[in-house]
Amino acid sequence: MDFLTEPWPWYIAGPLIGLTVPGLLIMGGKKFGISSNFRHACAACFPGDVDFFHYDWKKEGTWNMIFLTGIVLGGFLAGYVWANPDPVAISAQTVADLQALGINSFEGLVPADLFSWASLGTFEGIMILALGGFLVGFGTRYGGGCTSGHAITGISDLQIASVVATISFFVGGLIMTHIILPLILS
Amino acid sequence: MLSNLRYLVGGLYFGFILVKSEVVSWFRIQEMFRFQDFHMFGIIGSAIIVGIISIQIIKRMNIPDIEGNPISIPPKDSSQWKRYIIGGSMFGLGWALLGACPGPIFALLGTGLTIMIIPIVTATFGTWLYGAVRHKLPH
Repeated sequence: MDFLTEPWPWYIAGPLIGLTVPGLLIMGGKKFGISSNFRHACAACFPGDVDFFHYDWKKEGTWNMIFLTGIVLGGFLAGYVWANPDPVAISAQTVADLQALGINSFEGLVPADLFSWASLGTFEGIMILALGGFLVGFGTRYGGGCTSGHAITGISDLQIASVVATISFFVGGLIMTHIILPLILS
Repeated sequence: MLSNLRYLVGGLYFGFILVKSEVVSWFRIQEMFRFQDFHMFGIIGSAIIVGIISIQIIKRMNIPDIEGNPISIPPKDSSQWKRYIIGGSMFGLGWALLGACPGPIFALLGTGLTIMIIPIVTATFGTWLYGAVRHKLPH
């Protein structure tokens, strides 16, 4: 049962991820997109007097919040029950670049020294976990979708808006990786 | 409720692949934005190719969903451009910093990484703040 613990190559995983798009459409006419759940959570828990959060979130979002719960369970099975015991096999050049930035632990899926409760007391930890999350939450809703809604579903449906959004994802990502992240980690 | 079980199974399928493909890995995202391996590009590219082919099949053959309803995909509003460029870039900054987009944030939580509660809280706050100030932002 090695396929349960070993990482899967891109040519297996990519097409399987792509099948999520027709899968959800055929299951119930649902459009694949994860980031909407943050909006549903706001609408459900603290809509305040913000018009953006006053809509029938149960009707629009219940299926997606259940899908999200499934993702957590899938993560539990793939990353806890059948976790890969080996480090992520990133290229030697990436390891060298990250070591130059002060990253020392390459054991798990994420650098353990940054993704821990203890790191919340550090500047790098706060920036990566709190600011990173904030930018993801604000940016996805402002941009109208994330990797699943724009890069995969939107481009699959040949939508120019999603091509523009995906190119912008990469512009932001390159600026962060090559300019801002080195400053944060220095 | 039972009819929603299919979405739980669908999410489980997706979350499992996100972890096995290492898409959830901060290291893989760094590697992608440094163009040092084909892995992430192969995943996103092949997912899109499968997506394009399957949507074309659904549209051309008018395949309905399992309840018999016609499938329609609401288009993104392409009269707006600024929001995709500015909002998309903001998301890209966050994606490279946190090393995870929304799906992987939750998959990582499932792997036992409880610290992901922090980005979940701040992402929800970010979404709330967008909703509160969006009338003042260029779209």
